Amino acid sequence: MTTEPSSPRTAARAVDLTKIYGKDDTRVVALGGVTVEFAAGAYTAIMGPSGSGKSTLMHCMAALDSSTSGQVYIGDTDLSGLNDKELTRLRRDKIGFVFQAFNLIPTLTAKENITLPLDIAGKSVDKEWFDNVIATVGLGDRLGHKPNQLSGGQQQRVACARALVSKPEIIFADEPTGNLDSRSGTEVLSFLRRSVREFGQTIVMVTHDPNAAAYSDRVLFLADGQIVDEMSDPTAEKVLERMKGFDAVGQQA
Amino acid sequence: MIRATLKSLAARKLRLAMSAFAIVLGVAFVAGSYVFTDTIDRTFDDIFGGLSSDVVVRPDLPGEADLFAGFATGTTTTIPSDLVDDVAALPGVERADGEVENQSFFVLDTDGDVMTTQGAPGIAVNYHDGANAAGEPVLALVDGELPTGPGQVALDDRTFDRSGYEIGDEVQFVSTGDEPRVSAELVGVVRFGESGSLAGASLSVFETRYAQELFLDGEDAYNRISVTAAGDASPEEVRDEISAMLPGDFEALTGADVDEETASAIEEGLGFFNTFLLVFAAIALFVGVFLILNTFSILVAQRSQEMALYRALGAGRRQVTRSVLLEAFIVGLVGSTLGLALGLGVAQLLKAVFGAFGLELAGGLVLQPRTVIVSYVVGVLVTMVAAFIPARRASRVPPVAAMRDDVGVASESSRRVSLWVGGGLTLLGAGAMALGLFGSVDDAALMVGAGIFAVFIGVALLAPVLAVPVLRVVAGWYPSAFGTVGRLARENALRNPRRTAATASALMIGMALVTAISIVGASANATVDRALDDGVRAQFVVSNAVGQPFSPAVAEQIGQVDGVDEVVSVRMSGGVVDGDQTFLQAFDPVAYSRAADLELVDGTDDLGPGQFLIGEDQAESKGLSVGDTLRLQLPGSDEDIELAGIYAQSPLLVGGVVVSQQTLADGAVPSLDTLLYVIAADGADLASVRAGLDEATADLPTVTVQDQEEYKESSRDQVNQLLYLVYALLGLAVLIAVLGIVNTLALSVMERTREVGLLRAVGLSRRQLRRTIRLESIAIAVLGAVLGVALGLLFGVSLQRAIADDGLEVLSVPGGQLVVFVVLAAVIGVLAAVWPARRAAKLDVLRAITTE
Repeated sequence: MTTEPSSPRTAARAVDLTKIYGKDDTRVVALGGVTVEFAAGAYTAIMGPSGSGKSTLMHCMAALDSSTSGQVYIGDTDLSGLNDKELTRLRRDKIGFVFQAFNLIPTLTAKENITLPLDIAGKSVDKEWFDNVIATVGLGDRLGHKPNQLSGGQQQRVACARALVSKPEIIFADEPTGNLDSRSGTEVLSFLRRSVREFGQTIVMVTHDPNAAAYSDRVLFLADGQIVDEMSDPTAEKVLERMKGFDAVGQQA
Repeated sequence: MIRATLKSLAARKLRLAMSAFAIVLGVAFVAGSYVFTDTIDRTFDDIFGGLSSDVVVRPDLPGEADLFAGFATGTTTTIPSDLVDDVAALPGVERADGEVENQSFFVLDTDGDVMTTQGAPGIAVNYHDGANAAGEPVLALVDGELPTGPGQVALDDRTFDRSGYEIGDEVQFVSTGDEPRVSAELVGVVRFGESGSLAGASLSVFETRYAQELFLDGEDAYNRISVTAAGDASPEEVRDEISAMLPGDFEALTGADVDEETASAIEEGLGFFNTFLLVFAAIALFVGVFLILNTFSILVAQRSQEMALYRALGAGRRQVTRSVLLEAFIVGLVGSTLGLALGLGVAQLLKAVFGAFGLELAGGLVLQPRTVIVSYVVGVLVTMVAAFIPARRASRVPPVAAMRDDVGVASESSRRVSLWVGGGLTLLGAGAMALGLFGSVDDAALMVGAGIFAVFIGVALLAPVLAVPVLRVVAGWYPSAFGTVGRLARENALRNPRRTAATASALMIGMALVTAISIVGASANATVDRALDDGVRAQFVVSNAVGQPFSPAVAEQIGQVDGVDEVVSVRMSGGVVDGDQTFLQAFDPVAYSRAADLELVDGTDDLGPGQFLIGEDQAESKGLSVGDTLRLQLPGSDEDIELAGIYAQSPLLVGGVVVSQQTLADGAVPSLDTLLYVIAADGADLASVRAGLDEATADLPTVTVQDQEEYKESSRDQVNQLLYLVYALLGLAVLIAVLGIVNTLALSVMERTREVGLLRAVGLSRRQLRRTIRLESIAIAVLGAVLGVALGLLFGVSLQRAIADDGLEVLSVPGGQLVVFVVLAAVIGVLAAVWPARRAAKLDVLRAITTE
């Protein structure tokens, strides 16, 4: 652990966050008043059965979706007061993304994809940092390739490098290993782990895979739009055990 | 399979609507031209049908009916009044009415302006109450009374309504007689036929004796006899009876034949308009084919998984092909129907435009079954042909593709075929053009034209290959100027060269035509300019705006203006030379050579009656040398004329046959001037000469005095007016091309929804996204423009070379204009991107990125 457990700085937090889809008969409560903090420099995994609201929580936190009520803060910025332009800038400057699939622009080379957020912002690339990131991802010889010349794992590592290179406040990863074989998945997860340990990056990852969750510092368990539990220093076995409990609850309901 | 096709069709309404729109426009043009010309035909059939009496006797003119009418000169040969009496005395004849008619007697309104539509005749006739073939009177009095003596006139009601005159007023006229200005008291208003429509002409009616004074120098004679058959004698019998007793230089025809002849001459005159519209309909459809082809290609590509699924579920290749073709059939059917409806609208609009210019077409639109059939055949056929290639490609999608994520449908082999065919056609076309230009073939222009067409299609097929290097230049500077946004735009444009090229091809065609036309136009202007600069020494030119001839009295008046040294008159007429209808000019070569460029290379410029001059090239091609003779037929003569001299080729004379004015007069061609060159005396003050000329012609609104600069300007205006009309019509082709770009962009954006979502997620703003799409659109448009302008340059220059000998001697490339075209293309690109860019920017980020 590199972060102080006591009074860590908060990278992002949600206060009484609710998200309701549809209305009247078709009303679905995806998030029912979630309050949560994500400490800076920590690797948090969000787990839960499908429909638990874990993706919705991440989308709302990441300024990709609007909430019905409640506040979301990235750093000290309250998202609810921002218009589309400001949200775009926030995503560009303060948030990094790694999606499950289709993370790269097919017409750009790996290097261009990595520097995309910086290029969009018109910022210059910090050469030293860039080399550092590239070295960590291990893609040095692949930078000139287009995405279709890269394997799935390599593509995901390029996506991670892209998320890292702009030194965002927080990185959101949505099932980053969902489309990968276990070896490539392991590569990506250890890379994320290393970026937290070595660069002090903050990462929030949604996953349903206990093995992936085991790479994190802390696991949040969501069910029916509520945080029902959390676990520090998880292992795959402990997470799996906890998840089984949910399945039982889910079946009873 | 049919149900599945219909369902997928319904699911893609918007995209198909856009490709259907191309068909709609193309078909609308075809249908509109047919409906409009049918309506014109009907109008003239109405006007001239039943106009003539049972039998008409008139001077026998050589050549076709409109040869002399084309110069509005007719003939001075008249029918003596005793011949009218002789005809009337025949047993089969009930009555014979002598008619006096003049086509150049223009009514001036109360403001002193000519009332007829440009180019339409001002008709003057004597009144008689003989009936037409149907036994009805041709003219009906609607107000006042008929003219009964000298100085009285009745006008047709349409002219009267617009003129501002009241009965009892003095009506002003311009005539071609010795007295250019005539006035007469308005005593009545008559209605012509049933509708009263004269298609833009005016009609003035006089008492017979007075009409003879005005138009036949008071001679007791007529221009024509209208004969009414007695009892139950048929027109044909009466015609034959009269023919048997007529002197050789007159002919007798049934009224029905005359009516048909008149109507078809006028319809032929307007027929060019129909051809013109149909040519543009063809261009619109040709461009539309690219749009349809492209749309179907993209739709098929996007549906390849769906197709593969059908195949996996056991659909045969034929069934897949048929399903795409069925889709095309339905789209074609709907497009044709809408196109037909729009075509009716177009025809209605043209009718209104013609009406606004005084050429009213009475009655409703004429929709013939032929129009409907052609519209549907063209619309459906074009769509199905355009969809055939994508359909075949669709059938080749392997069933396994349904299971794979991304499918490349573009087959290498079909691409290679199109390259070979494209390259072959281009080379073939270029060869034909070269042969036409530099070889010795009979019809150089045709050869070049065919070559151009082949190159057109060839280059369109080669476009995917040509597109890449051109795009690298056109969009190459994007990244350095616009950063990542520019790089994305460039890469998107280059991503699918085939699609980009097909989209750009539509614009290429429009641009190539516009460029070629503008080069031909500029060359025409430059040729006229040079001809006038080099060829005309006279300081002033007197002419009529639409080439109507005018009275020689004008020349006389002008000759008396202070400071005028000499007035050189040029007359023009048709004639039949060695059996061919030919354009003749008549002037005194000695006087002419003072006013304009005329240099003899052989023989003499002392041109007497019965002699002619001809240009060098024509003499050579006809194998003529001085002393040779040709047979010249004019309305009143048929004689051999002798070649007196051969003149050096000059653009002003176009190498044509020049005869003396006496020769025309001897041939009973009215002595009217078409053009006057005015030479000022040495040292005369040009401004005061000009003022004198203006004063001398002040009361003749049909005649204009121009100095060299103005004369050039007005010649240029004529060329430019035609150019603008062509541009306006080509604008339609460009509009279709724009739709093509919109369509392609919109479809591409849909294809790239997830990419758009990702870009937005990592921080691309809406504005940046819009700019990306806009830049891609500009790249496509400029690609089309660059290819088009390059082709157009080639075509324009080739055309100019091909017809250099026929009066387009000077090549002029309007460089500035071409640059404007390319810039306009960029603007087009911006406009085409508006809607797809807005659509893309509106995409919800989260939904876009989670799209499957």
